[in-house]
Amino acid sequence: MSTKESTTRTLMVALAVSLVSSVFVAGAAVSLKPVQIENRQLDKQRSILSIAGLGGDGMSAREVKDLFASRIQARVVDLETGAYTDAHDPAVFDPLKAARDPKLSDALAGEEDIALIKRRERFTTVYMVEKDGKLESLILPIRGYGLWSTLHGFMAVKGDLNTVVGMGFYQHAETPGLGGEVDNPNWKGLWPGKQLFDEQGKPVIRIVKGGVDPASPEAKHQVDALAGATLTSNGVDRLIQFWLGEQGFGPYLAKLRSKGV
Amino acid sequence: MAKPTVKEVLFNPVFANNPIGLQILGICSALAVTSNLQTALVMSLALTLVTGFSNLFISMIRNQIPSSIRMIVQMVIIASLVIVVDQILKAYAYGLSKQLSVFVGLIITNCIVMGRAEAFAMQNPPVLSFWDGIGNGLGYSVVLLTLGVIRELFGAGKLFGVEIIALAKDGGWYVPNGLLLLPPSAFFLIGLLIWALRTWRKEQVEKPAFRMAPQVVEKEAY
Repeated sequence: MSTKESTTRTLMVALAVSLVSSVFVAGAAVSLKPVQIENRQLDKQRSILSIAGLGGDGMSAREVKDLFASRIQARVVDLETGAYTDAHDPAVFDPLKAARDPKLSDALAGEEDIALIKRRERFTTVYMVEKDGKLESLILPIRGYGLWSTLHGFMAVKGDLNTVVGMGFYQHAETPGLGGEVDNPNWKGLWPGKQLFDEQGKPVIRIVKGGVDPASPEAKHQVDALAGATLTSNGVDRLIQFWLGEQGFGPYLAKLRSKGV
Repeated sequence: MAKPTVKEVLFNPVFANNPIGLQILGICSALAVTSNLQTALVMSLALTLVTGFSNLFISMIRNQIPSSIRMIVQMVIIASLVIVVDQILKAYAYGLSKQLSVFVGLIITNCIVMGRAEAFAMQNPPVLSFWDGIGNGLGYSVVLLTLGVIRELFGAGKLFGVEIIALAKDGGWYVPNGLLLLPPSAFFLIGLLIWALRTWRKEQVEKPAFRMAPQVVEKEAY
């Protein structure tokens, strides 16, 4: 047996290769981080614009930034009381980071946590499109667990706080071709025009399997599920229930309605 | 065996020894990313660079790698390169990296990269190995781009997202074949490509691995 095959030699080579590779990988990850963060923010803004029906796809970075700055207002909402708060600046406040901070979030008990997010932040950022001082559409951040991953997205509703303008996810890791079809424009196209709440203000929007019967009176509250992706569909259904419910934006939406805005 | 030249290792894999056409490697990603030309192009570039550089680095240290851990060492090098490529894509081509999703990461397990590392780079000097990696990447790219062109042109009437054939639904004459946008179509196309390649270059036709024995049990008619 040559010296090349000795145990010490093997360990040395393994260690050296691992060290060099990790320095290489870490170097690339750290040096590219600022550009990636900027990209992610831009992607989020693009997704907000597109879900609110203002465009966004195929626009340059500059155009997205300008349109976002001119049309969209961000406000931080206290989810507990449903009131706006000025304690956090919407430009820098990160709800996802807050959800991991015990001071800014609450743990959810098993049966409350239908979206499987474990902790819910106290404050979150909502986005508004206003026209002549009136609310044209309201864009709410939603998230929850699908099959493999947490889906992060937005739900945009009209000024009546009931009719869907658009719904979509900007980040997830569901199976491409099956659950990944949540990104399919055809599927997302099923959402606009649906009604989220019944007369009593209870969230009744549902994702149903086997197709929506257009003749049924419930059709305006129903969206066809994704073929071959039951668990992702269930996850999306539950996360929407959660964020529209009392644990989510319920108090905030109730407040908005009572003020007639 | 004569020593291979740079020209040979660079261009042989394109038609004579195509990684997809002859070696039937890397099929998975070829089905997944070729529904449009842009993702096919980026995937081709990523794979070509990874194969080239992994061959280069592995060949540089080939005399130091103990054979008992050579696979895992190759794997570490390939994985590091793929992560770097993934990071670069996330930084400079965010939209594309979202479309390619897991498939960039899966270059790590692409048989072409591993195959070239084990079959070529472990035995040959660095520069030659580098060009061998690039050459095999080119062979992969040729097939991917061909699939990308056919699938996007006839499946969506576009190339690089720009309309080439006016579609019937927008008042044109062409009714696109939706099957071409689904992964199975790439299977059929790869099959046809291999058929064409082997008709053109007869030496690529494989000898049958076994012969079916004739039916020996004869039965009396009742």
